[in-house]
Amino acid sequence: MADAILQIDRVSKSFGGLIATNNITIEFERGQIHAIIGPNGAGKTTLINLLSGDLLPNDGTILFNGRDITHLPPHKISQLGIGRSYQKTNIFAEFTCFENCWVAAQSRINTSMRFFRPASNLKAVEKRTEKALELCGLSLRRDSRASAMSYGEQRQLEIGMMLATEPELLLLDEPLAGMGSEESLQVIELLRRLAEDHTLILIEHDMDAVFSIADQLTVMVNGRILETGTVGQIRSSQAVQEAYLGVDEETA
Amino acid sequence: MSTLTRSLPLLAALLALVLFPLFGSSFYVGLVTRIIIIAIFAMSLDLLIGYTGLVSFGHAAFFGIGGYALAIAFQDASVIHLWQALPLSLFAAALAALVVGWVSIRTSGIYFIMITLALSQMFFYYFFESPRYGGDDGIFLFLKPVLMVGSEDILNLDHENNFYYFALSCLVLGYLFLVMILQAPFGKVIKAIKVNEHRVRALGYSTNGYKLVSFVIAGTLAGLAGFLEGAHTGYINPAYMSWHESGVCIAIVILGGVGTLYGPIVGAFIIVLLQNFLPEFTEHWQLLLGGIVIAVVLFLPRGATSLLPRIRSLIRMEKSISLSQEEKAKGDADG
Ligand SMILES: Nc1ncnc2c1ncn2[C@@H]1O[C@H](COP(=O)(O)OP(=O)(O)OP(=O)(O)O)[C@@H](O)[C@H]1O
Ligand SMILES: [Mg+2]
Repeated sequence: MADAILQIDRVSKSFGGLIATNNITIEFERGQIHAIIGPNGAGKTTLINLLSGDLLPNDGTILFNGRDITHLPPHKISQLGIGRSYQKTNIFAEFTCFENCWVAAQSRINTSMRFFRPASNLKAVEKRTEKALELCGLSLRRDSRASAMSYGEQRQLEIGMMLATEPELLLLDEPLAGMGSEESLQVIELLRRLAEDHTLILIEHDMDAVFSIADQLTVMVNGRILETGTVGQIRSSQAVQEAYLGVDEETA
Repeated sequence: MSTLTRSLPLLAALLALVLFPLFGSSFYVGLVTRIIIIAIFAMSLDLLIGYTGLVSFGHAAFFGIGGYALAIAFQDASVIHLWQALPLSLFAAALAALVVGWVSIRTSGIYFIMITLALSQMFFYYFFESPRYGGDDGIFLFLKPVLMVGSEDILNLDHENNFYYFALSCLVLGYLFLVMILQAPFGKVIKAIKVNEHRVRALGYSTNGYKLVSFVIAGTLAGLAGFLEGAHTGYINPAYMSWHESGVCIAIVILGGVGTLYGPIVGAFIIVLLQNFLPEFTEHWQLLLGGIVIAVVLFLPRGATSLLPRIRSLIRMEKSISLSQEEKAKGDADG
């Protein structure tokens, strides 16, 4: 492959007897949007958790920019430039939007172990925070408490916090879930813009969105990869039709 | 609300404390000194409970170690130099907090509570059972620390008023220090850890390091309080570090208001005063004390200090209601 940013080699993870990801091997190309789709329980979130360090694999290796990150803890992986958003909203509920993004943005200074000057003096952090709020569309909600916002807005904040860490590779776990159609369109537009200078790995159930923005598609079923290819290839794949898309169309 | 109106009650309270020795008898000056010392102790625990999300049930260990460091090093000294004794106590407490913190911060929730409790009980039994350090009789100190330059006394803590002002300065400086670190980048991180540690880690912070530093800072401040208590009473014994003291300290923080810093100071006043005066009224004062604590927690879940903002917002509500009624009356008259 031309220029792989992330290489996953024979990675497995099981919970007790359940094999959530089974011997997964994929490469992700730099600068692309690579979507992962699959039915509930296919192991998509588990895969993201392995990449972000939230879970340790039982087997296999993960290389990011050629560097082995398989056993690194989440904070080291974040510092290397991998950011993630969570399927289950994972924010600081009691903080304002600004404070949520601030904590994220502040993680990029050399050290936050500083005791003697107010954090508000850090102009670079403030700029990064404002930029993240603007990107995720919450500039006007700057001083609202996260817990008082709508579910859709909390999902936007989830993305904003990830962006405030200025990652190179974004792992997005169902960013559109629970958003209204207006918000969804905005976020899809944002993802398109981000794709200009980032690499995106996107888990999403919204097929229209996936087909419209993804460069590459991987279909997961039962912890395994069924098929990987371009949108066209996946659409015409017999196996995928049978295992996954066909079902969707019938019910639709 | 501006910072000024918010800090006005604090400044008024500080002024009252500064002027107090001019009016209070030496008994009361001594009593308020003790309250101030307990306030420092409780405020340090608030850094853990209220800002870092670490409910330590062993905080009295560092209070006791601050006192024991003073008593052990200087029990036979002919003069206790403040500039030697104070740093020694702080260092001993910091070291103990580093060890206890290093072991305990890896756990959370109920396990953290149990480990801090168990480790502090180990310190308790060590001193309780060591004849070298007086066992359960403790150690007496017959001198008070002094600050000397050459042979001049600059500050002699033997005078009750001097001690009072020294303790008050420690409280004010401790408070300002905590306010400073909470506004600094460090403070932003520990407050976030309290709300959602998992996300803080995912954002790129090694959270254990921050929790440990917070634990050591809190332990050192507790050591300062223990140093003052030992110097003030001239007596230190293992009961200082018993789990009972740790529990009372938690009660003070909760009673006054978790996560406010000034709440625990108010809590210290309430508890120490009640401990002093309730026994005069009834033999069953402990029962009564427990009842009062429960009542405050039930009716003011954010602590006694949440009473003031509550009254303020009530007044504001009354005002806006009466304003809107006036407008309505005006509208009716017009129409
Ligand atoms: N921490 C865990 N402990 C035990 N089982 C788990 C854990 N996390 C996931 N699983 C199981 O692993 C399987 C894969 O789950 P995963 O969350 O990765 O699926 P998913 O593809 O993200 O599904 P969805 O589309 O519903 O989000 C499921 O059967 C799930 O119940
Ligand atoms: Mg999932």
